[in-house]
Amino acid sequence: MNSPRTLYQKHIDSHTVCPLDDQGHVLLYIDRQVANEYTSPQAFSGMREAGRNVWRPSATLAVVDHVNPTAPVRIATMPDAGGAQQVSYFEENCRDFGIELFDVLDKRQGIEHVVAPEQGFILPGMVVAAGDSHTTTYGALGAFGFGIGTSEIEHLLASQTLVYKRLKTLRVTVNGILGTGVTSKDIIMALIQKIGASGATGYAIEFAGPAIMDLSVEARMTICNMAVEAGARGAFMAPDDKVFAYLQLKPRAPQGELWEKAVAKWRALHSDEGALFDREVTLDVNALEPMVTWGTSPDQATPVGGHVPDPAAQPDLILRQGMQRALDYMGLIPGMPLSDVVISHAFIGSCTNARIEDLRDVARVVRGKRVAAHVRAMIVPGSTLVRNQAEEEGLAQIFLDAGFEWRQSGCSMCLAMNDDVLAPGDRCASSTNRNFEGRQGAGARTHLMSPAMVAAAAITGHLTDVRSFALEA
Amino acid sequence: MQPFDTVSGSAAPFLASNIDTDVIMPKQFLKGIDRKGLDRGLFFDLRFLESGGPNPDFILNQPAWSDAAFLVVGPNFGCGSSREHAVWGLKQVGIRALIGTSFAGIFYDNCQRNGVLAIQVSEAQLEHIAGVISVAETAKISVNLPLQEIRLADGSVIAFEIDQLRKQSLLLGLDAIGTTLQRAEQIRRFESRHLSENPWL
Repeated sequence: MNSPRTLYQKHIDSHTVCPLDDQGHVLLYIDRQVANEYTSPQAFSGMREAGRNVWRPSATLAVVDHVNPTAPVRIATMPDAGGAQQVSYFEENCRDFGIELFDVLDKRQGIEHVVAPEQGFILPGMVVAAGDSHTTTYGALGAFGFGIGTSEIEHLLASQTLVYKRLKTLRVTVNGILGTGVTSKDIIMALIQKIGASGATGYAIEFAGPAIMDLSVEARMTICNMAVEAGARGAFMAPDDKVFAYLQLKPRAPQGELWEKAVAKWRALHSDEGALFDREVTLDVNALEPMVTWGTSPDQATPVGGHVPDPAAQPDLILRQGMQRALDYMGLIPGMPLSDVVISHAFIGSCTNARIEDLRDVARVVRGKRVAAHVRAMIVPGSTLVRNQAEEEGLAQIFLDAGFEWRQSGCSMCLAMNDDVLAPGDRCASSTNRNFEGRQGAGARTHLMSPAMVAAAAITGHLTDVRSFALEA
Repeated sequence: MQPFDTVSGSAAPFLASNIDTDVIMPKQFLKGIDRKGLDRGLFFDLRFLESGGPNPDFILNQPAWSDAAFLVVGPNFGCGSSREHAVWGLKQVGIRALIGTSFAGIFYDNCQRNGVLAIQVSEAQLEHIAGVISVAETAKISVNLPLQEIRLADGSVIAFEIDQLRKQSLLLGLDAIGTTLQRAEQIRRFESRHLSENPWL
């Protein structure tokens, strides 16, 4: 009888080509890779210089997402020469190495971590690596996804494997029932605030508990997506009927008998009873409030009803210095109510929160209202298919009527590699994943929150508890 | 890859926590298709003033540390984006090793793949190292990978741990892909079985 295993161990065991030492290193087989135009070029150049072929071209899906413009009318022209060169080299590489590409004009184009699940390219039980840290998103489907650098992309293209060291395991059990206006974004923000920006470094997180199972598949993706902001190198949720229902309609999901066979196997993808985790954390969400960040690290977050914290109250010197530096950058004063923080921009987008359910949340808040006069508000859908669906459902018209810009898909102002860049001093309520210094533009200030919270802030012009807002409506 | 054996040079203290890869290599330097020019981008907003001149307050602009071979860093260094450009930039300004209490996972692997040694030490050890190297006269250290030790100018020697697999690869400057492809037949056998057991892949 085998000893009980965690879901993580099952994934690693089933993908181990061979162990490489007795310190946990294995040669790990990777089922799928998603590639983008900005982290892949040097990997392809390395392949060319060494005269190597791509091991399994069909295992990689290439999507243009990081550098393309998101202006409301789709164009194939990149905003700058660097981006144009990256996109044209990407096209050349995909053509020469036989990799399928969704270019900027493709009707399936979008942010890689929105597109890949949407296409059914990612399935339960898979191990997936990609040159983007938010590859953890795929844990919501019962796959194991993790981000890699460019050298590893090249290794993966050449061999379909990675030299991999087993992680420790952390189970986060989430109990309770979410209140109205509180979302999965608030769960993951609360967790990061609780365990810190490196609280899960060296770990793969498995999320479990009734509050996770209650969530939709898209809401679960938000949690796995942002697990990397706590340092996790992978995040998991055991796939259930919701996941199977989500996938069954996707273009690349297996069909007929193959589907039945796959689902039967996927039902075993859960941690065995009695499996031991290296660490356990629990979170109760009954009293959870909508969260916002006040600082420049994702763990610098607090409920929206709170105040800007005072560094003087922090006993640890390094943390205290970090807080002070963050407040100086953010232009905030200790003790000030967060609801007094006035914004100049509202951004709804990113692989964290730009799926159709996120846009429906936003529409519920802004229907029949107007964006505050001093706020520039943008919505960048997670994919072109999401954009089309939002138009069919009438959401786009609600956004336009409220004064939002309704844009084309891409990573956009989440990391501001294209022309969607904030100016120094701009302050943005953002549904994205990182509030780092300069992330959305040099000198720009980012407050992370759920899409519904961004919507509320866009309407009032300052950080706002969406629950009070919903009562007004 | 440049092998790492024993390296001596000055070590610059840069102890802020959660230094992310956006700070190490800002977005405007990510638009290339090669690795060139990233020395200019490294810590750009910290190293340079708005006028374009060097910021005299930044440690790598100060005489004792301007040719630093090592950075002594705060916790969770390299968090955030997977961009390997951050490590390429560090290498291009001559950084050979980083010493800190914790590194973000992707960044740590990226260092390894570029022959940059990321050394994990305890908080107490880091505090001691930072204290010594923050004084210009004692900023020089020596890192000996074969013996797994750091020698400071105050005479102290600090031992560190590293996985043997990583150590060998750094010592020899191995081409990881070439090494893995020696197992091509084994990978092919695994793949064939794996795909037949999971035909939807």
